[in-house]
Amino acid sequence: MALQSLDITRRSATTIPSPSQRQTPEVAKLIDISKCIGCKACQVACMEWNDTRDVVGTNHGVLDNPMDLSENSWTVMRYAEVQTDRGLEWLIRKDGCMHCANPGCLKSCPAPGAIVQYSNGIVDFHEENCIGCGYCITGCPFNIPRLSNKDSKVYKCTLCSDRVAVGLEPACVKTCPTGAIVFGTKEDMLHHAEGRIADLKSRGFADAGIYDPKGVGGTHVMYVLQHADRPALYCGLPKDPSIGAMVGLWKGAAKPLASFALAAGALGAFLHYVTKGPNKVSEEIEKEFENEK
Amino acid sequence: MASLAPTFGRGAMTNHWVDIKNADVILVMGGNAAEAHPCGFKWVTEAKAHNHATFIVIDPRFTRSAAVADIYAPLRTGTDIAFLGGLINYLLSHDKIQHEYVKAYTNAAFIVKDGYSFDDGLFSGYDGATHKYDKSTWAYEVGPDGFAKVDETLQNPRCVMQLLTQHFSRYTPDVVSNICGTPKDLFLKVCDTIATTSAPDRTMTILYALGWTQHSVGSQMIRTAAMAQLLLGNVGMAGGGVNALRGHSNIQGLTDLGLLSNLLPGYLTLPDEKEPDFKGFIAKRALKPLRPGQMSYWQNYEKFHVSLMKTWFGKAAAKENDWCYDWLPKLDKVYDVLMAFELMHQGKLNGYFCQGFNPLGSIPNKAKLIDGLSKLKYLVVIDPLATETSCFWENHGEYNDVDPSKIQTEVIRLPSTCFAEENGSLTNSGRWLQWHYKGAPPPGDAKPDADIMAGIFLKLKELYQKEGGAFPDPILNLSWDYKIPRSPAPEELAMEYNGKALADLIDPKDKTKTILKKGQQLDGFAQLMDDGSTACGCWIYAGAWTEKGNMMARRDNSDPSGLGNTLNWAFAWPANRRVLYNRASCDLSGKPWDPKRKLIYWDGSKWTGADVPDFKPDIEPGNSMNPFIMQPEGVGRLFGLDKMAEGPFPEHYEPFETPIDTNPLHPKVISNPAARVFKNDMEAFGKSKDYPYAATTYRITEHFHFWTKHTRLAAILQPEQFIEIGEELAKEKGINAGDRVKVWSNRGFIKAMAVVTKRIKPLQVNGKTVHHVGIPIHWGFKGIAKSGFLANTLTPFVGDANTQTPEFKSFLVNIEKDRR
Amino acid sequence: MKNDQNTIIRYTPSERANHWVSAITFILLALSGLALFHPAFYPLTQFFGGGVWTRILHPFIGIVMAISFSIMFSSFRQLNVMTPADREWLGHVREIAAGNERNMPESGKFNGGQKVVFRLMVSCMVLLILSGIVIWRSYFAFMFPRAVIRLSSVVHAVSATIMIAVIMFHIYAGIWTKESIDAMLYGRVRRAWAKQHHAAWFRQMTGGK
Repeated sequence: MALQSLDITRRSATTIPSPSQRQTPEVAKLIDISKCIGCKACQVACMEWNDTRDVVGTNHGVLDNPMDLSENSWTVMRYAEVQTDRGLEWLIRKDGCMHCANPGCLKSCPAPGAIVQYSNGIVDFHEENCIGCGYCITGCPFNIPRLSNKDSKVYKCTLCSDRVAVGLEPACVKTCPTGAIVFGTKEDMLHHAEGRIADLKSRGFADAGIYDPKGVGGTHVMYVLQHADRPALYCGLPKDPSIGAMVGLWKGAAKPLASFALAAGALGAFLHYVTKGPNKVSEEIEKEFENEK
Repeated sequence: MASLAPTFGRGAMTNHWVDIKNADVILVMGGNAAEAHPCGFKWVTEAKAHNHATFIVIDPRFTRSAAVADIYAPLRTGTDIAFLGGLINYLLSHDKIQHEYVKAYTNAAFIVKDGYSFDDGLFSGYDGATHKYDKSTWAYEVGPDGFAKVDETLQNPRCVMQLLTQHFSRYTPDVVSNICGTPKDLFLKVCDTIATTSAPDRTMTILYALGWTQHSVGSQMIRTAAMAQLLLGNVGMAGGGVNALRGHSNIQGLTDLGLLSNLLPGYLTLPDEKEPDFKGFIAKRALKPLRPGQMSYWQNYEKFHVSLMKTWFGKAAAKENDWCYDWLPKLDKVYDVLMAFELMHQGKLNGYFCQGFNPLGSIPNKAKLIDGLSKLKYLVVIDPLATETSCFWENHGEYNDVDPSKIQTEVIRLPSTCFAEENGSLTNSGRWLQWHYKGAPPPGDAKPDADIMAGIFLKLKELYQKEGGAFPDPILNLSWDYKIPRSPAPEELAMEYNGKALADLIDPKDKTKTILKKGQQLDGFAQLMDDGSTACGCWIYAGAWTEKGNMMARRDNSDPSGLGNTLNWAFAWPANRRVLYNRASCDLSGKPWDPKRKLIYWDGSKWTGADVPDFKPDIEPGNSMNPFIMQPEGVGRLFGLDKMAEGPFPEHYEPFETPIDTNPLHPKVISNPAARVFKNDMEAFGKSKDYPYAATTYRITEHFHFWTKHTRLAAILQPEQFIEIGEELAKEKGINAGDRVKVWSNRGFIKAMAVVTKRIKPLQVNGKTVHHVGIPIHWGFKGIAKSGFLANTLTPFVGDANTQTPEFKSFLVNIEKDRR
Repeated sequence: MKNDQNTIIRYTPSERANHWVSAITFILLALSGLALFHPAFYPLTQFFGGGVWTRILHPFIGIVMAISFSIMFSSFRQLNVMTPADREWLGHVREIAAGNERNMPESGKFNGGQKVVFRLMVSCMVLLILSGIVIWRSYFAFMFPRAVIRLSSVVHAVSATIMIAVIMFHIYAGIWTKESIDAMLYGRVRRAWAKQHHAAWFRQMTGGK
């Protein structure tokens, strides 16, 4: 869905600059968990706008359904019943792609242009370039992309890049009945979050705060959390997500080092050959066997 | 509705959706607004965000609303009157009422007739044989001038204030906690917070829905809340009121247009069989003022009624024939839906039209319903969907285990359109009539309901013309002057309910002026006449389609006051008023109680402001006219007179199936003494020794009733039937989350998946541990979601004594792991 | 090379066939693996019908190589036991690299260097197979936690790099040491070649003649 083609700051598996002449302001979606009522309207809006349909499944003893993200469900509500010092709290988190500033998926992707990041910060999958290796799944710090069994392509939230490109808000934002999901420039969203956090603090949530983890360079989907000190309460939201050391090594140092080592080895062998010459059977032995005849 | 009208004068949400944002405290009780009204709930979050409102949720379950609440308190299902009674006691004993308001705008000062009493659970006048009250003592002391007596000092022991204080003094925090199971400290915290709104510049809104209406004492629950709001001075205020959140998008329109068996459009009523005489019929309804100078707007009843008859019967309705009064059916009893199915069950009702209604899903005791439907000769179902009712004769295994070969009922299904497949107006909870446009053509042979009804009517008329009949007049004379008789247009019907002048209307103040010419649309109900010169299909809707055009289609959302009263957006009945009783937002001198919430004010010559004044516009402050203009006494009723079936004051009665087998307040009168219980249904009540758990049915946000299981997206979100139980009960019963369980009452069983949750906690009630079992209703044997059991297999066949709304919210069940 | 008395058998036809299966699959794996490893090599996917086919084929080719390599491993395992002479040989490896074979101890069928290569290849191969299964998204990856998949991705990349380097060395050795490629092509080597490079093996095969 390459509606934006002039404002790409990064493409997967590409070492040269991407077409990035057009600059757009950084956008962000802010999900205020303290306002979320878990109605799942965002799940419906997502499936409707993107014309995907998950399966009619079964109940698993919880309200969550579909139980997990899938190639058709790019967002799901996750419900956590937790006991805090305030008593019982029902923390409902809309899970989906966080659109990291440093996307682990993009870093891991071996297919050029299968994952791009626009200058507005949206990380988008271009499925026509996807080869289905699932490296993005390996690289994602939030466990978001899902591989389709049908076409072996990987799917995730696009932050409605097609809508945002023409000046609309993402479908989930448009549909959210309580305004728990808002959308705008990242700057505005951070500002909006400040107000929300102040309100929460005044209601006794001393640790209210924003979730915009620095380990991935910040995200373009942010949460307002009542308990920002304990993101794990929210169905295991990682406290300090980052592109792990392993992925860093794999997609970082390993690539140039290995390429260099192999090139150096090949060159060394060639130089050895031209400087030292081939290793032939010595003349003595040749003679010895000549004589035997 | 049956309690708001007796208390305030009109049976509708006092305020409106947008107005919720003006509240300082929001109480959601008897409802789950976040879950069932997620779109309207946005105004709760607005109030929290911009008004720093405190949000309180009181519910047996920690709901989705509770998830975003500041205070959550649990209570046992069916004990809301005890809780709210405790609140009233708290307000009175802590002197947290708005004195000036209570004194001037409620009937606190009115003297109650001698003979009224309340003793050991019963009010004066009870007849144990008929389960009915003689309500003659539930009245004011009336003076020789015909007006009710009052004591402005509120000291007379027979005045309402004193009786009220005495009545609710029994509801101490300990008693409340003992009955409701609500921890005492939480109860007091809630009271404390609510009490802050007794200040004139703070308001509380109460949002409720079926969690109050669907009890055998549902109307009285709502009345208790309404009374608390009167004491706090929160009625008529922006951000105040008692707000019924309606479930269907147009269910407010249903009652407004009188689609109940005893109603006519605009809350006019059908005569009963003891009213053969037109004059007597009108006299009983055109209430004369009970205090000097009151508006008592129902005095105009005859104008509304005559204009309705002119709409229906045109020229045939004349003064000489009492405007066709004899053609109106005279009720021998109320034919509510429970009665209809009881009659079917008895074999006394043998044909049934079922339009936009799925009773098999929506009415209690499925076994009794199937029995009744099976005894019908014919059943006509008009619906866009293949409802369970229309397929009641199909065998769907254990989900609907019937033998089709034994059912002879002829079922005729007439597919109708969905709302988006036709033009029309929907009336929302806030009384806004909003016009909408057809978005898509209907599929297949589906027709608008009006076309279907027209087809049936025209055929009937033809048969009456050809063959005659016992009583052809109303059918043959019904006016039917639509451009295409087989297809009345929504626009034509809308213009008809607005009404028009049948003759030139002359200004009574200046006889040379003509207000409206013959044939012109009325501007409002003030123009209605009782001489047959106006026609109006629903008087409260007058003003919706005037000579200026379709007022319901207006879409100007400008809001100069910032209070959300967008007067040029759509049309709100009555007379485009947004907040009912808004005169009560000002003190006696006409000054708003709270300068920040200026709904209306007296500008020196008239009432004006951000809303249409709910008052005579030129009556200056200081005049004796009071804000509740529909009431003959002009004030809000703390003492409900004879308007309610079970008493002028609310009293806590246990659900008919109670887990504690007693009523701690009066063990001899356990449940609603005035409720109507059919003979066999009494026997079908279960006892707590066999059915130890308190059950309650409800809706979840992913689904809408029994409709959305037919839509793929909603089916994806919640595909399979489940019930909810607390962790403690689950442990006792060896049930794990995701197990299949069997839940049964004395009337049948269902099987569903178990959701085990921290959100339902056992409560300590009257020395007993009470567990709740939560039963969402949305599944059935039709649709694309997984097949399930109709939840109303379990529910008891008893209703509220005033409305006969079934008691879906409180009954008893047992539960075990399903061992298949 | 003719089957005359001047030559001796070094590899049987099945050994040779299997070796080349391994060799060809290895090259395919190296090309496709590199293509998915670094964008600079991505154009190599064209040899396999594009990125998707590269992704699909690589692990299946890997299975073929794993089987072929296992067979090779079982047939050469005994011959690759490290002896004191091999260790001594490895001590003089700089001399032979400089072209000076005078001080080299006698080698068996495989010299110390070849045995090191064998060991490296086997180790890498085991790591590649195991890590390859873990990161094979279509069939197996969903069975493993992400941390294991991430570790395996690194292990796969590092062991593949080592494997490629080792095999490059192996190929170069075959080119540098003239006539050794004949052994894998035709199965036989000249007696002189054998005596020169694998004197102990030569004696064992011929009784010293």
